[in-house]
Amino acid sequence: MAAHSRGHPAMREREFSPAGTSPYWWIRPCAGPILFLSLLFLFLFLFTAAAASAAAPEEEKFTEELLLRPLPDRKALAHFHFRSSAPPAASVGRHHHLFPKAISQLVKKYHISELELSFTQGRWNYEQWGGFDPMSTNNAKPPGVELWAVFDLPLSEIDATWKNLTHTLSGLFCASINFLESSTAFSAPRWGFKLNEGNLRYGALPREAVCTENLTPWLKLLPCRDKAGIASLLYRPSIYKGYYHSQKLKLRSSQSLGIILDQTLTVVLQPNTVSGEQLHSNHGQLQPNWSMRHLFNRKLSGKCLVSKSSRVFIEVDKGIVDNVNKSGSDLSWSNEFFVLSNSPDKLIKGQNHVEIQSSFLYVYDASNYTEEKPLDVGITWKLPLVWTCTPSPFHASRFLMGSGNERGSIALSFMSTNLHKQISGSPTDCSIKAVIFQVVPWYVKVYYHSLEIFIDGSRKTVSEVVDKIHVIPSEDKLLPGTLEMLLRFPCSMQSGTLTLDFDKGFLHIDEYPPDANQGFDIPSALVSFPEFSSARSYPEIDPVLGSPLLENFQEDSVVKSYTEVLLVPLTTPDFSMPYNVITFTCTVLALYFGSLLNALRRRIGEEERELKKTVVILKKWQLLASILYRKFVDELF
Amino acid sequence: MKSVPKQEAQPKPRLIVRLGVFLASHHILFSVLCCSAGIITLLLLPSLAKNTYLSENALIPGFANPLFSTEDAIEANRFMKGIEAVLANFIAQQIEALGAEVCYHKFIPRSKNFHPLKFFTSMTNDMAIQPNGTDTNFGINTIGIVRAPRGDGKETIVLVSPYNSQSVQSNELLSLALGFSVFSLLSRAAWLSKDVVWLSVDSQFGEYVAVSAWLNLYHNLVFLSQSVILHTKMYGANHINDGNSEKTEVMAFKCAGTMVAALIFKVGETRRYGDRDSVMMYAEASNGQMPNLDLLNVVHYLAVHRQVPDYVEGTANLANSIYSQALGVPTGSHGAFCDYQVDVVSLEFSPTFHVRNDNAKSLFRLRGGMLIEGVVRSVNNLLEKFHQSFFLYFLTAPSKFISVGMYMIPFALLLAPLPIVAAAFAGGSKSMEKPVDKLIEHSKADDIADIPQSKGGSCKWLQAAKVLLVIQLWAVLVSLLPYYITQIPDATPMQSTLIWVVLSIVILIALSVLFGSPYSAGVEWKLLKATLITSMSIGLGLMSIINFATAQLGALIVIPMCLFSRPLKASGMNFLPRSVLLASNIVFAVLGFPPAAVLIMKGMSKGSCSWTTDFGDFWIWMEFLWEWSSETYLYLYLVHLPCWLLCILVLLHPCRQLESKIKEDWLFGLGGIFFSVGKF
Repeated sequence: MAAHSRGHPAMREREFSPAGTSPYWWIRPCAGPILFLSLLFLFLFLFTAAAASAAAPEEEKFTEELLLRPLPDRKALAHFHFRSSAPPAASVGRHHHLFPKAISQLVKKYHISELELSFTQGRWNYEQWGGFDPMSTNNAKPPGVELWAVFDLPLSEIDATWKNLTHTLSGLFCASINFLESSTAFSAPRWGFKLNEGNLRYGALPREAVCTENLTPWLKLLPCRDKAGIASLLYRPSIYKGYYHSQKLKLRSSQSLGIILDQTLTVVLQPNTVSGEQLHSNHGQLQPNWSMRHLFNRKLSGKCLVSKSSRVFIEVDKGIVDNVNKSGSDLSWSNEFFVLSNSPDKLIKGQNHVEIQSSFLYVYDASNYTEEKPLDVGITWKLPLVWTCTPSPFHASRFLMGSGNERGSIALSFMSTNLHKQISGSPTDCSIKAVIFQVVPWYVKVYYHSLEIFIDGSRKTVSEVVDKIHVIPSEDKLLPGTLEMLLRFPCSMQSGTLTLDFDKGFLHIDEYPPDANQGFDIPSALVSFPEFSSARSYPEIDPVLGSPLLENFQEDSVVKSYTEVLLVPLTTPDFSMPYNVITFTCTVLALYFGSLLNALRRRIGEEERELKKTVVILKKWQLLASILYRKFVDELF
Repeated sequence: MKSVPKQEAQPKPRLIVRLGVFLASHHILFSVLCCSAGIITLLLLPSLAKNTYLSENALIPGFANPLFSTEDAIEANRFMKGIEAVLANFIAQQIEALGAEVCYHKFIPRSKNFHPLKFFTSMTNDMAIQPNGTDTNFGINTIGIVRAPRGDGKETIVLVSPYNSQSVQSNELLSLALGFSVFSLLSRAAWLSKDVVWLSVDSQFGEYVAVSAWLNLYHNLVFLSQSVILHTKMYGANHINDGNSEKTEVMAFKCAGTMVAALIFKVGETRRYGDRDSVMMYAEASNGQMPNLDLLNVVHYLAVHRQVPDYVEGTANLANSIYSQALGVPTGSHGAFCDYQVDVVSLEFSPTFHVRNDNAKSLFRLRGGMLIEGVVRSVNNLLEKFHQSFFLYFLTAPSKFISVGMYMIPFALLLAPLPIVAAAFAGGSKSMEKPVDKLIEHSKADDIADIPQSKGGSCKWLQAAKVLLVIQLWAVLVSLLPYYITQIPDATPMQSTLIWVVLSIVILIALSVLFGSPYSAGVEWKLLKATLITSMSIGLGLMSIINFATAQLGALIVIPMCLFSRPLKASGMNFLPRSVLLASNIVFAVLGFPPAAVLIMKGMSKGSCSWTTDFGDFWIWMEFLWEWSSETYLYLYLVHLPCWLLCILVLLHPCRQLESKIKEDWLFGLGGIFFSVGKF
C-alpha cells in the first residue's frame, strides 16, 4: 500500500500532462491564416469545459489553501488545507493523475464512506483561541491519535475491516495505529459522536507521540509534496515549535461524489517578538507583528503547478472587526489598527449563525507570486487591541478525583461562558442541550449508576437533567465502556458537574504497556452542543471561487469541544525485579507449605511403629538368609 | 540432649528441632550475643552508608543550562517592591498578568480530630469542610496554573511557597518573590511537558493545615453549595462592583492533572554566623513515609557538593532521621503530599546575608531560582513517576543513605532471640515437673498424670494467654481514654494526665475483678514471660511493617526490658548477679513507662525539674501524636504499654503456688503498681 508513488509506468507518464491544458497544444500548431477560427474554437472549448466542470467534476482536482489568523493571546494560527478529489471510480478505472493511489486503494478495499485520522500534539485552548468557530469545532482534536471511520459494509463485517484498516493506516503513517485493532481499544458510538447506523467505529490513542515521522507520509499524499506551493512553507523546526499541532486526514467517498481527501494541518505559533519579557500580557501593549517569514522561516514562491487554486487567507476575528468598526474606520487592509504587508486580491465578509457579521477574510492568490517575487504576507499592528474569541456555550473540563490505588471518580465540569445572554438577550427558562461522548478503558471500571449531577451547588436527580443515555458497559479484557449522554442544562446555570465513580482494575503482567509507571490514560471525552452550529456563511462569495476551505467553514457543524486526557495511576508491579520476587515468594511458600504439611501428616507414634516393623522385617530377612545359608552350606558339604 | 545416646531405638529428632532445642538450652548466651550484635550493627550503620546515586536515567539533572537569569531575579525584586496589603489579591493579579490561570482556595482550619486508624483506611473526607459565607476565620491560598504549551496536561508539578497572611515576615516575602520569579519563568518556558501549579499557601493556621486542605479539595472536590461569597478581606471595596462572571471565573476551583512531584520552598531565618548559604531538605512524612530517594538526589546534586561527613555527624544525622521517622509526625507541610502518594521535598533556604542587603539578596534569589528551575526541569523530564530508587531508607548525610536491606539487620538481630527465649521459657516451665528431654516426646501418660497435680499442665499456657488478652483489652481501653478526656472543658494537661492514670488503674482493677486476678490461676512467671515475649515479638514485627523506625527504637527499649525481667522474689542466684539483675529490672521498668521516659528526657534536656509541668508535657506530647494520627501512638498503647505491664507482673510475681496466699499477693502486686505509678 505504501508504494503508491511507484505506480504503473503508464500512469507516471500521464501524471505530468495537466489535464486542463490539453485543448491548447493541439490548437497551437495551427497558427496563421485560420487564427480567428481557432480562437473561436478555443472559446467554444473553454466554454464547454467550464460548463462540464460545473455540471459534474469529472476530473481529479487538487487545491491548496492556507489560512492565517492572529489570536488574542499574542499567538498566530496557521491552517493548511489541501484537497484532492477523484471522480467516481467507474469513470477513471484504477489509475489516477493527482489523487494518491494508496488512499483510493484503501477506500475501495475497506469500503470506507468516511474516515478521519488526526495526529495532535498540545491542547487547543478553547478559552483563548475560540470555541465557537469552524476552526475549533473541526480542527481542534484531542492529544495523540484519533481515528474514526464509517464503513459501507454489512454490520457483521465491520469489526474485521476496522482491524485491517488500522494496520494499513499504521503502515501508511508510521504510527502505532495498529494498537486500535484490539477490541478493548475501539468502540461503536451510535449518536454521541456522530449519528450513524452502527457502521461507525471510533478509537483514540492519547499517548501517541507526533513528529516529522508522521508528517512525511502525510506530505507524500500531496502531488507536489513540500517541494512547491503552500506546502513548501512547512519548515519542520518552526511548525513543531508551536503550541498546538494537529495534522488531520479526512476522507469522504460515495458513488456520486467520488473520493474527496482533505488534508489539514493546524498549528498555533508564537511569533518571535523583539522584547523577551512580558510575552503573555496583553494590556496596553501592541500585538506582535508577524509575517510568513517570521512564522515559517519561508516565503511563498508561487503555487503548486498542478493545483487548481492556491490561496492564502488572512482572517481577522469578530473581536477585531467590532473594534475597528467602533472606531469608525472601514476594514481595508490598511486601517488605523493594523496594516497587512500586501494588498489583498479580494475581501470576503463572513457571517455567523447568530451574529450579523463575524469575520473578515483577506484573500491572496498564490499564483500571482513567483520565485522572484515571493509572497510574504504579514500583519503589522499600529494600535494595541484587546479582543476575545467567541467561546462555546459551556467551557467543559474533566478531572480525576480521589487518591490511592483502589478507586476514584471522574468529574466533568461545565462552566458557563454566558454566551446565551449575548445571543438571546435575557435568560428565561430556556435550556441548552449538551451531548457527552466518553470512552473509558476496561481497567477503569466505571459504575454508571453512580452518576451524580450537581448544578450550581445543588444535587439534581438524573432524570431532571439527562434526556437520553446510552451506555455500553465495559467487559474485562474485551470491551471498553462507552457513555453517550444527552443533557439539558438550564440557561441560567453557571457551573454544572457530573461525577462517575470507578474502581481500578488489575492487569495481567503482559498487558502493561511500556512505561507503565506513568499511569494509564483515559481518552478525551467529546462534548457537543447540538443546538449551536459553528457554520459560517459568506454571502458575497462567488460560487465559482471554489474554495474547499471556505466550503468546509460553511458546512453545518455542531459546536463541540474535547476535554483533557486523564491519567489514572494503577497498581504497577515492580518489573525490574521479577527474579527477586519470584525466588523470595517461592522460598517463603515452600518453607511454609513444607513445614505445614509435614506437621499435619506426621504421626510420631506411627513412625515408631514403622521403625519397629522395619527392624522386625530386617531381623526376619536376616533369619531367612542365615537359614538359607546354612541349608546351602549343609547341602554342599 | 544427653539422653539421646542412651536410647538407641528412639528415632533421631530432626535437625531443625535439635537445633532449636540446643539454642533454647543456651538461650541466655544466644540472646546476649544477638542483642549485642544488633546494637553493634546499629552503631556501625553510619559507616556502612552508601553514596547516593541517581537511579532514574531520565532525570539528567543539570543537563541543560538554567534559564533563570538575573532578569528573573529582578522580576522577583519588582514583585517584592510592588507588594500590596492584600497579598492574595496581589499575587492573583501578578499571576494573571503572566497569562497563567489563577484561582483562590478558601479554607477554614480543621478542628482537632482523633484518627488513630486513619493509616489503615483510605483518605477520609473529614477536612473538606467548605467555609460558609458567615465564617470570618479562614485562610486563602492563591493558586496559579501554567498549562504546558505542548503537553497534554495529564501530569502536574506543584511548587509551594508558604507565607503568613496576617503578619508577613521579610523572609516569607523573599520566598514568595522567589516562587513568583520561578513561576513567571516557567510560564514562558517552551520545554515544559507537565503543567505547573504554584501554590502560595496562607500559613496563618500552620502550613500543614493549609496545604492539606488544598490537597484534600484537589482530590475530593465538593460540588455542593460551592457558591462562596468573596470576602472584602480579600478583595478591596473597589472590586465589589466587578462583573459577576469574572468573580465566578476566579473563584472556581481549578484542577490540573495527576501530581507527579511537589517542591516546597521557603526562606528561613537569616543566619548571622555562617560562612555560606545553606539549604535544608526535609522529607519525613507521617508514619515514616519517605519520598523517592531520587528526588532528594536531584536536589542534592543541583544544590551543593559537600564533603563526606565524619562518623559523629553521620550518627547524629542518622539518629535525627530515625527519630523523626519514628515519631510518625511529618516534619513539615510535605507530609500532606505524601498522604496522596506524591513525592515531595521541602527546601528551607538559610541565607547568610542581612535582609536589607540588596546585592546579596539578588544573588541569593538567582541561586535559589536556578535550583528550583533545575529540579522542575528534571522532574519534567520524567516519563514515568518516581519508582526507580528507594522508598525505604535512612539518610546519614544528603549524599549518604542506608537502604532497607542494611538497616533491617540490627532489628532482625534484636528480634531473633525472642522466639527462642519464649520457647525456652515455655519449655522451662514444664521442666520443673518433667525432665528436659520430655519436651520433645512427652507421652500421654505424663500429661494425664500432670492434670490433677497443677490444674491442667498443658492448659496452663491458656491461663497465661488469658492474662495477656485481658491486658490487651485494658490497653485498648486506655488508648481510647484520651479522646474522652479531651472532651472535658478547661482541663490542664496535668489534670488530664492524672485523670487518665487514675482511670487506667480503675479499669485495670475492674478487669481483674471481672476476669480474675493474673496470679489467681497460678500462672508461673516463666509462662507469663514466655507469653510476654511472644506478644512483644508479634507487636514489634507488625510495627516494623507499618513504621520501621518506631519498631527499631521500640525494640531497643522493650527487648532488654523483657529479657531481663525476673520476679523480684525469685530465688536461686548468688547475691551479686541477683542484685544487678534486680537493679537493671527496676531501671528498665521505670524507663519503659512512657510518661516516665518523657519526664526523664525532659529533665535531662532542661536540667530543672518542675514536677507538675513536665508531667503535663506528656499529655501534650500524646495529644500531638494523635492529632497527627501517628501510628506511634498505637504502638505505644497497644504494644509497648501491655509489654510494660506484663513486665511489672513478672517482676511482682509471688513465685509461690500456695492457693491461700494468692489473694494477698495480688493485692500486693496492685500496691506495687500504685507505688510505681505514684513515684512519678
